[in-house]
Amino acid sequence: MIKKIFAFLLLIALAGVFLVVLQNYETPEELNLTAAYYAEHGAEEVGAANLVSAIVVTYRGLDTLGEVTILFLTASILSFFLKQREERGKRSVRASSELLRTASAVLVPFIFLLGAYVFINGHLSPGGGFQGGAIIASGLVLLLLTDPLRKVSSRLLARVESASGFIYVGLGIAGIFLAGGFLDSRVLPAGTFGTLLSAGLLPILYILIGLKVGTELSGLLTRFQEVQVPDGGDSPDLKKGENV
Amino acid sequence: MNFGSLALGLGFLLILIGFWGLLTQKNLIKIVIGFSVVDTGVHIIMVGIGYLQGRTAPILDAALMQRTAAAGNQAGASADVGSLIVDPVPQALVLTAIVIGLGITALLLAYVVRLHEQRQSLDISSYEDLKW
Repeated sequence: MIKKIFAFLLLIALAGVFLVVLQNYETPEELNLTAAYYAEHGAEEVGAANLVSAIVVTYRGLDTLGEVTILFLTASILSFFLKQREERGKRSVRASSELLRTASAVLVPFIFLLGAYVFINGHLSPGGGFQGGAIIASGLVLLLLTDPLRKVSSRLLARVESASGFIYVGLGIAGIFLAGGFLDSRVLPAGTFGTLLSAGLLPILYILIGLKVGTELSGLLTRFQEVQVPDGGDSPDLKKGENV
Repeated sequence: MNFGSLALGLGFLLILIGFWGLLTQKNLIKIVIGFSVVDTGVHIIMVGIGYLQGRTAPILDAALMQRTAAAGNQAGASADVGSLIVDPVPQALVLTAIVIGLGITALLLAYVVRLHEQRQSLDISSYEDLKW
């Protein structure tokens, strides 16, 4: 009880801080200097219609590399933590319903297609590698929901992931020698602004990021899929019906 | 009250709800959900800070070029793209934050799986080893 009151007081204090911040918040009228620079020079320097992509892949390319590394680290730690030490025999699952099976058979190809579209057009329209990769992984979620025992080839996932990561860094290093610096997208000619083949290396880098993120998220999902709850897995300590 | 402050307020509300979940819930899965809600609130705040009233997405497509030309005709001078779009930097940063949030959520869930394997319980009060 005392803990609940303490938590409540803490939340009230936090709410007070937020209220003060909210009341004193003034919406800016103009872009700040960095953003104004990107808006003004982004089109000619990078050549990507989508300024957010230009920032993510080129201006802040190193951040994106770090981001992909974090995802990779998460995947490695997860596979370490969730490794099944011994085979616990076959899991029995209830067959999924007709609706789910039909819907996934119809939808999954289109979901994968949409994911590929989103990361191929990342430099022109909203979206990009991370979003496209997440869409592809969500297609895999649907597949796994339909058939929880489905075997996903983790070797294929690992190969695609490491190949795209390797090429990504390799192209970044090529930027040091052929253009202005690491992950500079001006290795290739800029092309016509606003078309698919524009912005130099940026679309290729974003496709690689998309593949890497998609396979990494799929890898995370398959790790959780492999988790097996031992028989009678319902926790005895949790009393049913009690809101814990 | 414009959309920027509205997004800020919503984000703060989500953070409070998430912290409430973190502090009061006993179920480990619900604690992870509370963390996710806090995370979402922070993302909304970040995007809200980059919002400028009456401006459009930072994508330089044909529609934006037309608007730039129209604004230029009205002002009688050459208008600048920077006066029509919202701040793209927070949007790029929030992408990073989302990915990291996802990584942390996955790790938390992995810990939950391991803990549950040891004691067959999702109740946080059955893990008292570090309590003092």
